[in-house]
Amino acid sequence: MFADYSWGELGSIFAMQGFAGLILFSVFVLMALGLAIIFGQMGVINMAHGEFMILGAYVTYLMSGLFQTWLPGLFGIYFFVAMALAFVVAGALGMVVEWALIRRLYHRPLDTLLATWGLSLILQQTYRSVFGAREVGVTVPSWMMGSLPLTNMIEVPISGLFVMVLTIVIAAGVYLLLYRSQWGLQVRAVMANRTMAEATGINTGRTDRLTFGIGCGVAGVAGSAFTMIGSTGPTSGQLYIVDTFLVVVFGGSASLLGTIASAFTISQTQSFLEFFLSGSMAKVLTLLAVVGVLMLRPQGLFTLKLRK
Amino acid sequence: MRDTTLAASPTRGFLTRTELAGAAILAILIFLVLPAILDPFRLNLYGKYLTYAFVAVGLVLCWGAGGILSLGQGVFFGLGGYCMAMFLKLEASTPEATAIQSTPGIPDFMDWNQVTALPWWWEPFHSLTFTLVAVVAVPVAFAFVIGMAMFRRRVGGVYFSIITQAIAAILTILIIGQQGYTGGVNGITDLRTLKGWDIRTDDAKEVLYLVNGVLLFACLGIAQFIRRSKAGRLLIAMRDREDRVRFSGYDVAAFKIFVFCVGAAFAAIGGAMFTLQVGFMSPSFVGIVPSIEMVIFCAVGGRHSILGAVWGALLVNLAKTGFSESFPELWQFGLGGLFIAVVLFFPEGLAGLWNRHVAPLPARLRRRPVPPQVPSPAAAPKKPMPPASPAGTSPAAAPAE
Amino acid sequence: MSIENPRLILSVEDLTVSFDGFKAVDGLNLYIAPNECRVIIGPNGAGKTTVLDLICGRTRATSGSVEFKGMELLKMREDQIVHAGVGRKFQTPSVYEDLTVFENLEISYPRGYSVFGALAFRRTAEVRERIEEVAEVIFLSDHLDQKSAHLSHGQKQWLEIGMLLIQDPQLLMLDEPVAGMSVAERVKTAELLNRIIADRSVIVVEHDMKFVEEIATRVTVLHRGKLLAEGSMAHVQADPDVIEVYLGH
Repeated sequence: MFADYSWGELGSIFAMQGFAGLILFSVFVLMALGLAIIFGQMGVINMAHGEFMILGAYVTYLMSGLFQTWLPGLFGIYFFVAMALAFVVAGALGMVVEWALIRRLYHRPLDTLLATWGLSLILQQTYRSVFGAREVGVTVPSWMMGSLPLTNMIEVPISGLFVMVLTIVIAAGVYLLLYRSQWGLQVRAVMANRTMAEATGINTGRTDRLTFGIGCGVAGVAGSAFTMIGSTGPTSGQLYIVDTFLVVVFGGSASLLGTIASAFTISQTQSFLEFFLSGSMAKVLTLLAVVGVLMLRPQGLFTLKLRK
Repeated sequence: MRDTTLAASPTRGFLTRTELAGAAILAILIFLVLPAILDPFRLNLYGKYLTYAFVAVGLVLCWGAGGILSLGQGVFFGLGGYCMAMFLKLEASTPEATAIQSTPGIPDFMDWNQVTALPWWWEPFHSLTFTLVAVVAVPVAFAFVIGMAMFRRRVGGVYFSIITQAIAAILTILIIGQQGYTGGVNGITDLRTLKGWDIRTDDAKEVLYLVNGVLLFACLGIAQFIRRSKAGRLLIAMRDREDRVRFSGYDVAAFKIFVFCVGAAFAAIGGAMFTLQVGFMSPSFVGIVPSIEMVIFCAVGGRHSILGAVWGALLVNLAKTGFSESFPELWQFGLGGLFIAVVLFFPEGLAGLWNRHVAPLPARLRRRPVPPQVPSPAAAPKKPMPPASPAGTSPAAAPAE
Repeated sequence: MSIENPRLILSVEDLTVSFDGFKAVDGLNLYIAPNECRVIIGPNGAGKTTVLDLICGRTRATSGSVEFKGMELLKMREDQIVHAGVGRKFQTPSVYEDLTVFENLEISYPRGYSVFGALAFRRTAEVRERIEEVAEVIFLSDHLDQKSAHLSHGQKQWLEIGMLLIQDPQLLMLDEPVAGMSVAERVKTAELLNRIIADRSVIVVEHDMKFVEEIATRVTVLHRGKLLAEGSMAHVQADPDVIEVYLGH
């Protein structure tokens, strides 16, 4: 199958495919970051994670319309405002959900899974009732359109680059939050030993709520970033949930670096396979490989061996 | 509380009196009442609901007893259904019936997708005997492979759930992607006869409904047998103290694989009966969404109750049909709410409500001179109940090490 | 120090396990004779429970060997180790709370281990007799039909010992059998243990020194995963290293 291409062409194809893989990688990382906090740190399965992302996307969509109508002069920067708002809205909803639902189910992980699935159905229908069943897209500011020619055969879209930069910034932010902030210390203390953390004066209930909220807020930001490269529908979130969970579990659920490495592995595998096979077969083989590896190494790729 | 009475007399027979009464009520409803009062169309619809009951009963064993929550039961339901559909499709695709195709004698969707010969793995489905074996054997073999890989590696709890869900997603993508061999997103449709017997007539539908009922009761019997055996008690023991069971000398994985395979077999039989009664099979019964809905049938009925699972499948589907005909939006909210409510407020499902409120009623009425009221089983779900203590009821699901 | 020594039922040699570089058990040698009651003591984190975990297969060793009646346990699965004749009691009482005392003992009855064996298992008179016999030994005859969730802490500990007893293991490993017991229960437990250790080997991990004195044939002191001292109770108590570890810091 390579015979028809020259070496130069092949190189370009791989580069382009690699770039497509990098965008997919950014998408996976963005999706997985919030989940890495909620599932990785708290051990809570939130099946409505995709819906929190979509919430961020809808917030961005609303802001795009709002700026176009009322503040066309500032349209170039609406996206940053939208992202901040997406974080706040999704985070606030997350805290409400934690208070009303999640905290009652901390010792019943399988039940949490079912309850949050119910939540996801309710959110989907809410989106459908409010925004309609059709997919909506945002207007991308002009500076983000077009592409950057790297060589005469390789071009990269600016919006894709922007999403990548955003991914790096958000990932760094989450890292700092988890490992360098007072809050992160408290979260890790609570997860390591709840009783002890309580005894040292940490309000574990509040920490849980905040953690869940921040995880959902990060999901909202991810959804916001998605609008730059795709459109949003009420059930878009559900499409991602399996991939997202696999990324987090594959990476070893408690490790942020593992999550990023696993997102990289999975996205690159998938996008290279897509070049040789149909999209659906590439997806099937990638997921099968991930499931296969998980069966060999259930604890994920990057976990510490701990004494029970 | 039922468990205590069971255990108090170790020699008690196969069914307690309550269980026997429950089974009798269900049998009367399925074999006498429903066929008598429903027109063939509605009866067929109930038959379809009851095919989901097979899955729900399997989930009572896996999830309720064993603490293994599979979010991929649609895979087995679908595989069973597809095996049946392949046979029926081949029978419907005689060279005469498909003479207008560019390759006559193969299923129409293959012809549309430029497939010119029947794939080798379709060939054996010309035989009904092979098909009937495959309906159960293929899903069970698949479940066995998954079970071996996961339970031997001690994958459990939510990890198992997520991976089974991923498998459901993978199979759906595969079926839709390979439409030349599977019928794609439309599935395998336009099924007509079984060995020359037209399954689309009203008479045939009634017969299939009854066959479905008999098979369901056979599965209920098997499920009850497993639960009443030492294997059933071991499953409960494993759910609560897996390590203790292991260090009492049992190969925990073998028991989990077994019960997972039994659940798969039940689901597969349900799937095959679905194909026969509804006349088609498609990926929309395989994926993530249908698979998790099957869990809610079981949860609503009561995850520890075999009979409850049947009621759950019937009632949730009735509600679904009722709502989605008149208020489709409301149904989504209702289903979402149901997931949350069943987990938060009545984790024991209808069976729990029944045991708590309806079953003690006759005794209470006898004490007070109130006009007696015969409680109907369907009336049970109306009453909300304070959350039961989660301590003994929730399946312990420690994540894999 | 030969492995083939017929007078030993268990030979643990050079046993090591490391968790990410931390050696919880480090080059341990341990030899148990038939009918011996060995007590393992040591400060918190000395690796006592880990040693039991390694012997019964709950934790996989990094290196070394554990030989039981000529069988290498490190290569066997947990249930196979149990079938070979090793029983293990956990630190916190580990019984099936949803089942009755009778059913708890029945599950532990050494028959019907395979799936189909368990499906075909019947409660014969022989099974019932044996269960009643064990219930008598563990002071629970009157509680057979009670759900084990309703037992007291001490009764749960006895029930778990009974669940092991019904399998008649040749090597019994008990992890802190009297922890959290009242004085009366402790005395009864000592009596129970003294009765059941008569014709088998026992390894006990225990903190309660008075209790240790009552039951131990020999005592092994662990410290940071290594063997610190071994011998009779009096010998060990006089060992300057042991005194240093227990009172030093």
